[in-house]
Amino acid sequence: MSDHKLPLFEVFIRSRRGLDHKHVGSLHAQDHEAALGYARDVYTRRNEGVSIWVVKSEDIVASQEHEAESFYDPMDDKVYRHASFYEVPDEVKHM
Amino acid sequence: MDAQTQQDLFEYTLRLGDDALTLGHRISEWTSKAPFLEEDIALGNIGLDFVGRARLLLTYAGEVENLGRDEDQLAYLRDIRQYRNLLICELPIGNFADTMARQLLVDAFELPYFQALSQSSDRTLAGIAGKAVKEAQYHLRHSSGWVVRLGDGTEESHGKMADALSKVWGYGPEMFITDEVEQRLVDAGIAVQREELRDGWQAQIERVLEEATLAVPDVSWQVDGGRRGEHTEYLGHMLAEMQFMQRAYPGLQW
Repeated sequence: MSDHKLPLFEVFIRSRRGLDHKHVGSLHAQDHEAALGYARDVYTRRNEGVSIWVVKSEDIVASQEHEAESFYDPMDDKVYRHASFYEVPDEVKHM
Repeated sequence: MDAQTQQDLFEYTLRLGDDALTLGHRISEWTSKAPFLEEDIALGNIGLDFVGRARLLLTYAGEVENLGRDEDQLAYLRDIRQYRNLLICELPIGNFADTMARQLLVDAFELPYFQALSQSSDRTLAGIAGKAVKEAQYHLRHSSGWVVRLGDGTEESHGKMADALSKVWGYGPEMFITDEVEQRLVDAGIAVQREELRDGWQAQIERVLEEATLAVPDVSWQVDGGRRGEHTEYLGHMLAEMQFMQRAYPGLQW
């Protein structure tokens, strides 16, 4: 069996409760359930995770490089959107 | 513990340890040869579950025996006739369908077996079994998923899966034999009565095969002998490779 017919999945792992799922990589699998199993084997071998998401790569819609100017430049002159003048209390973690 | 129970418990722990060791070694033979990368890693993980279990069981067997033998001496310095594993565990890996067919029969047996053994009055065995239950749940999901996928796949994969099942089917019944050694331990609340698991196992296998559009193999032969040290022609070759290092360099440490 060759793997190029198997769909590609993106893997997201939450390393601890309270944290977000983070993209860790991708893998091939025959279906969603198998993708979860492989993600467990490939990406949580050293107890890295408490929760796994898998998503078919083809289901992800990504912004395009050539649209970057129209996408992001209009935000450049809006400094008032930054919460630059607040101090984050020490008790607030993971900001 | 009286001498008879000690001897039985050593024999029993050795059997379970040898099951785990031989099957774990077989699965490890897939490393770098599995159908694709992700499955290679998955099989490697499963093999390590079995080898890890073998280490715990053989270490405990050595303690029960109390003659100073450790896990390595039991694994690497016994000859084929002293091995006590079920024959199904020592069969060659064959093709991928062969491996999954063997795994389905074993995994569907081991899950309820270790669930029952986790209630053993022997606290060491109960602890090892508790760990094995979690592993077996994953193993069974993995193997039954593949049997369904291959059985309910293409004409070729269906044929290979059916062929693999019929080849391994006759090795299944040995899992359900409770001889006098194990019966004495069952009576003592230590071991698990194997025969009682047969109906549930059969039903579990039939559910998977039905979903896989596969028939239950029509096979009338069955073999046993592993518990008595009577093995297939395959185990000797496997031990030659597995034990080579310790035989060539006695006492070698990592």
